[in-house]
Amino acid sequence: MSAYLDFGPDAVLLAGLTGDNWRLKDYVARGGYSALKKILNERILPEQVLGEIKLSSLRGRGGAGFPTGLKWSFMPRNAPEKYVICNADEGEPGTFKDRDLLRFNPHAVIEGMIIAAYVMGCARGYNYIHGEIWEVYERCEEAVDEARAAGFLGSRILGSDFSFELFNHHGFGAYICGEETALLESIEGKKGQSRYKPPFPANVGLYGKPTTVNNVETFACVPLIVNNGGQWFLDLGRPNAGGTKIFSISGDVERPGNYELRLGTPFAKLLEMAGGVRGGRKLKAVIPGGSSSPVVPGAIMMETDLDYDSVAKAGSMLGSGAVIVMDETRCMVRCLERLSEFYHDESCGQCTPCREGTGWLSRIMHRIEHGEGRPGDIEALDRVAGDIMGRTICAMGDAAAMPVRSFVKHFRSEFEYHIEHRRCQVADHV
Amino acid sequence: MSETVIDKSGWLNLEINGKPVQMPPGSTVMDAAQTLKVFIPHFCYHKKLSLAASCRMCLVQVEKIPKPVPACATPVSEGMKVWTRSEVALAAQQSVMEFLLINHPLDCPVCDQGGECQLQDVAVGYGKGCSQYQEIKRVVPGKDLGPLVSAAEMSRCIQCTRCVRFGDEIAGQMELGLIRRGDRVEIVPFVGETVESELSGNMIDLCPVGALTSKPFRYQARSWELSRRRSVSPHDALGANLIVQLKRNQVVRVQPFENEAINECWLSDRDRFSYEALNSEARLTRPLVKKDGVLIEADWQEALPLAAARLQNIIERDGGEALGVLISPHATLEEAALMSRLARALGCDNIDHRLRQQDFSQDSKNVSWLGMPIADVSQLKAALFVGSFLRHDQPLLTARVRQAARHGAAISSLHSVRADWHLPLLYENVVPPSQLVTALAALVVAAHRETKATQALPAAFNEVTPTEKDTAIVRTLLAAPERAAIFLGSFAQQHEHAALLHALAQRLADDTGAILGVLPEAANSVGLALTGAQPQKGAQKGGLNARTMLEQPRKAYVLLHTEAPFDVAQGSAALTALRQADFVLSLSPFRPAEEGASLNALPDIVLPDIVLPIAPFTETSGTFINMEGRVQSFHGVAPPLGETRPGWQVIAALAGLLDQPFAETTPEAVRASCVPSADSVKARLSNRADTVLQALPKAAQKTVERVAAVPIYQADPLVRRAPSLQRTALAALPKVAMNAALAARLNLIKGGAVRIRQGNHAGENEVTAVLSWICDETLPANTVRFDMAHPLTAGFDVYGEFHLEATP
Amino acid sequence: MPLSVSTCQKIDKAIAKYPAGRKQSAVMAALTMAQEERGWLSPETLREVAEYLEMPPVAVYEVASFYSMYHLKPVGRYVLTLCTNLPCALQGADAAGRYLKETLKIGWGETTQDGVFTLLQGECMGACQEAPVLLANHQRMCCKMTPPQIDALLVQLRTEAAQKERHE
Repeated sequence: MSAYLDFGPDAVLLAGLTGDNWRLKDYVARGGYSALKKILNERILPEQVLGEIKLSSLRGRGGAGFPTGLKWSFMPRNAPEKYVICNADEGEPGTFKDRDLLRFNPHAVIEGMIIAAYVMGCARGYNYIHGEIWEVYERCEEAVDEARAAGFLGSRILGSDFSFELFNHHGFGAYICGEETALLESIEGKKGQSRYKPPFPANVGLYGKPTTVNNVETFACVPLIVNNGGQWFLDLGRPNAGGTKIFSISGDVERPGNYELRLGTPFAKLLEMAGGVRGGRKLKAVIPGGSSSPVVPGAIMMETDLDYDSVAKAGSMLGSGAVIVMDETRCMVRCLERLSEFYHDESCGQCTPCREGTGWLSRIMHRIEHGEGRPGDIEALDRVAGDIMGRTICAMGDAAAMPVRSFVKHFRSEFEYHIEHRRCQVADHV
Repeated sequence: MSETVIDKSGWLNLEINGKPVQMPPGSTVMDAAQTLKVFIPHFCYHKKLSLAASCRMCLVQVEKIPKPVPACATPVSEGMKVWTRSEVALAAQQSVMEFLLINHPLDCPVCDQGGECQLQDVAVGYGKGCSQYQEIKRVVPGKDLGPLVSAAEMSRCIQCTRCVRFGDEIAGQMELGLIRRGDRVEIVPFVGETVESELSGNMIDLCPVGALTSKPFRYQARSWELSRRRSVSPHDALGANLIVQLKRNQVVRVQPFENEAINECWLSDRDRFSYEALNSEARLTRPLVKKDGVLIEADWQEALPLAAARLQNIIERDGGEALGVLISPHATLEEAALMSRLARALGCDNIDHRLRQQDFSQDSKNVSWLGMPIADVSQLKAALFVGSFLRHDQPLLTARVRQAARHGAAISSLHSVRADWHLPLLYENVVPPSQLVTALAALVVAAHRETKATQALPAAFNEVTPTEKDTAIVRTLLAAPERAAIFLGSFAQQHEHAALLHALAQRLADDTGAILGVLPEAANSVGLALTGAQPQKGAQKGGLNARTMLEQPRKAYVLLHTEAPFDVAQGSAALTALRQADFVLSLSPFRPAEEGASLNALPDIVLPDIVLPIAPFTETSGTFINMEGRVQSFHGVAPPLGETRPGWQVIAALAGLLDQPFAETTPEAVRASCVPSADSVKARLSNRADTVLQALPKAAQKTVERVAAVPIYQADPLVRRAPSLQRTALAALPKVAMNAALAARLNLIKGGAVRIRQGNHAGENEVTAVLSWICDETLPANTVRFDMAHPLTAGFDVYGEFHLEATP
Repeated sequence: MPLSVSTCQKIDKAIAKYPAGRKQSAVMAALTMAQEERGWLSPETLREVAEYLEMPPVAVYEVASFYSMYHLKPVGRYVLTLCTNLPCALQGADAAGRYLKETLKIGWGETTQDGVFTLLQGECMGACQEAPVLLANHQRMCCKMTPPQIDALLVQLRTEAAQKERHE
């Protein structure tokens, strides 16, 4: 067996994983499926499990940070057909934690989904897996087969009255499907275009039935909470932000990777675990919560703790925990150009501000980066981004706008230099 | 409509721009705004389509919600305060408008939609007047959507997806989609396809910009040049309300007049595009008189006295019974009433408008109708259609049935072909025409058993065994008391046992509590039945009906808007009868079939001796009574073309010359004398059959049976001459369809053709046609389908024996 | 030419994942299988999938054109998709992209003359710790793609391609 992968000393979700010990027998050997067995054998009521989840203060790990217990409680009790969905469409640039969870420990996610299904009374679930990680999809197919063969999935699980079927659904290249209602459309065999809300999925979800969608990491936390209690999980983090969180750190660091930290750990600590800025260079900027979260100047970030409230105070979002680090040699214009291109590429095209606005932003950024900037471009960027924000069907509009506004806000002089001198202020290009 | 008291308990109180309003739960802010007549700009929202909430034009401010919300998709709540013109709302609307325009061509002066463009109007009201956008605009290639809808300028599209949703939800056929994503999205048909729906023209009305426009109307006029007048569609018995639009006294466009009770805001394509025939070369502008076998233009002064004299001669010689009067069910009530009155004054009761019927044994005084208001069809919970070519016969009624189905109604069909209605059918029973009676009888037996009805069935029914499917269909009817219906379609009404089918349907309705409805064949079928344009019952010597008039040839025929053989079931009998007659007088807006470009394929056409040019519906006042018994009178919207005269005037003049002058000399007087009041209409509408159920007929022993529809664009003289409609896929040449087993028995080879032969009495006057054939496994055994009323097929007797043989 | 039996079996397996009457949910899987069999999705293939799943062809077209990994035009035997999004770009993707273009002598979106490789720019594949990330034929994820790694991959795929050609 290969050596344990290093996810940091506080790891509980990723602890003990080697990359080879993903199979059901390994998971069971680590105490896996004991939470499910406990619930079913001891006939713990769904409300009791829900109580522990609420106590744990677990918040959604996909980016929005919505309290999980509260979300589950929105599901109507007596609907005959309900669905639980795992959002494994991890496409937010900089985020790569769900891939590791699914390939190294798929059964933790499966067990979490089964417990969630038990709590919410769902008979069927889907795991929507990012299109680009085919190998992980295949592994999840195997894992589901293993769980079914072992009696953890199917009818009358472990001899109880509870039945649940789980299937994997493979995406095929659309960032927008990470948005939960676009994901539901996609499972229904349509384009991944977000639905307007209300109605919310808890009332009208997959096939029009009550549905709850959670992130991979959120589900993976559930067995731990059931086994150790909500209070234990809460104590791992901070009030209003229980537990550990997996941070995916990438960009200009020595050792990019996933690190599992208690919520509230200083960013400086994470940077240190990742070996510091690559080549010992100076930290310029950090995108702390995936590409959609506002960029934060390095100096501010070095003073910020990694939890929902602290990162918000620093002017950004904890988001999915994807930390993109940029060093002093990076051109902020070039960085934003690439992100704007991404949002232009990925806009679903359904609603006007996002469809038209992302193209507009991308075209301005392309001109500035290629020495064709004009006076007024910076103001236009800010205004167009502002005109998109808050006016679209889903959060994708804001996701496209926030990087633009924050880059312009914090690094305006670089943009001005680009426009005035028709070239880059920073020596090195990305 | 009568005032109904609405119970408003449980309604929610809200305010829009400070004005209070009460709305039922489930309403949206947009509904509330419309109630208050507060206009909120919008593009993707349409009251008849599902919500998209994607254009974002209707963003408004709501108290306690930080972001602006779309009025179309935001449900109202108690105490809600909405502002549609606040700073927040206006800023949102202006920014959306700017986004919509950055990639929209700003060349309104050359856009066909200019002057009636929602984008233009909203931009003026809600836009900023200028934009900072300096990048290159998107260019979207045009698409070929077929002969009716132009998609030549798709750069103008704002991706509201109304057209896509219309296809999917109303037409029942998703023919357009929005492909790709981001600002690369495009509205397209599937690769290489066009739009074939019979409701496609509505997409033109729905398109808020100049992306989808009317191909026939394109660049014919600017909207402000048009005068607009109301009329009524002369095609099917729905009686869709029209706004006929004219430029320099010529009809150049037809759009719907919104009438929620009838056509809602829709038109079928034939309602919309048949106007092209009005301006076509096929129109007759002067009378024609046959001289030496050739029709030659003549003056009214010559033609009318000549027509009168020839009729007079025959009547004096052979009596009134020597005359046969065939009236098209598309004729106005006034024309038909006066023509019937004249015929009877001349001693002739051989009058009929039921031109495709062959079983006249149910000789009831009642007038058949839909059995319910049209609008109620959308609310049905269960319906059984017996022998209906629903989508071709009543396209917009089909859309109503589709709405019912979308809301979960159980729709079933008993027919000799699979239903192609683009709606989900719960049960379908496809049987050969000769077994239609038995199949309906099986449903009657099933209902009798299910309900344990007390009234016993005749002994003949003992031999009929219902299937599980029959029982299931009956249960859907039983499960929806007062919201279930049984409809008899054109195929049932034209069946050789039509009266028996009607009686069986009556019994099924009685036993299940379902409403019995009859789907009238044409625009004025109900009206003409009411006005007595058929042999008078109770007269000492009842006249001949449409069938016997042809089977027992007359010395003279008068054809009012009727084109034999197209409009009759007995094509070859009609040809024979007309050919042997001493005199045939035709009253028609069009040149006889032979001269019409698209109709010249029919061999040996019989030319009338005199043709008098009478006005089409746009050039005369008139009245149609629709399938729900609604009396719809209309005015002429254009002056008669050339020397054309309104039909009622021509008939009146003829009556004068025949010494039977009418007292009425004005359209008003004519209307007053022959249009029944709404109450008297109501009193006579009933589908109750008076045929007593007794024996069931033995299925006729035919080697091969035929099933034939009237193709949607061959149904009347107007559509037959509408060039754009004739270029659509639905107007394609008729084919012979049958299943593979029958094709094998006939030794047909793939890609080959079939010769159809029909001998007309003793092998004389053989009618033949060569058609290509297709394999259709959904057809019952030994049954072929080739449709009627087409130049290639009109010469056949629909119900006569025929022979098929392979031909290379 | 109808879809192969094995493709149909895979599609049937996908259909079975969804509740009765929800065949359309299998459209992404069906398109994936069809593309695996044929390399790309021609209008004919889209129509076959539509018939198989009883969907309007234009609805299938919508789906196939929406998701970036379906090809509506012919492509090479191996589609190489390099992530060029920001995290990968910060970790060498730009250089990898330049190297690929020079080595294969094609630009983004183009196919080599021998029809072996098509080169595409991709968006985030969710494996940024192993940047630059390259996806071969949408299934095989290749990580830390420095020029030597790229060379090795190209050699390996060319060999595979030659073997397959001999087989065919």
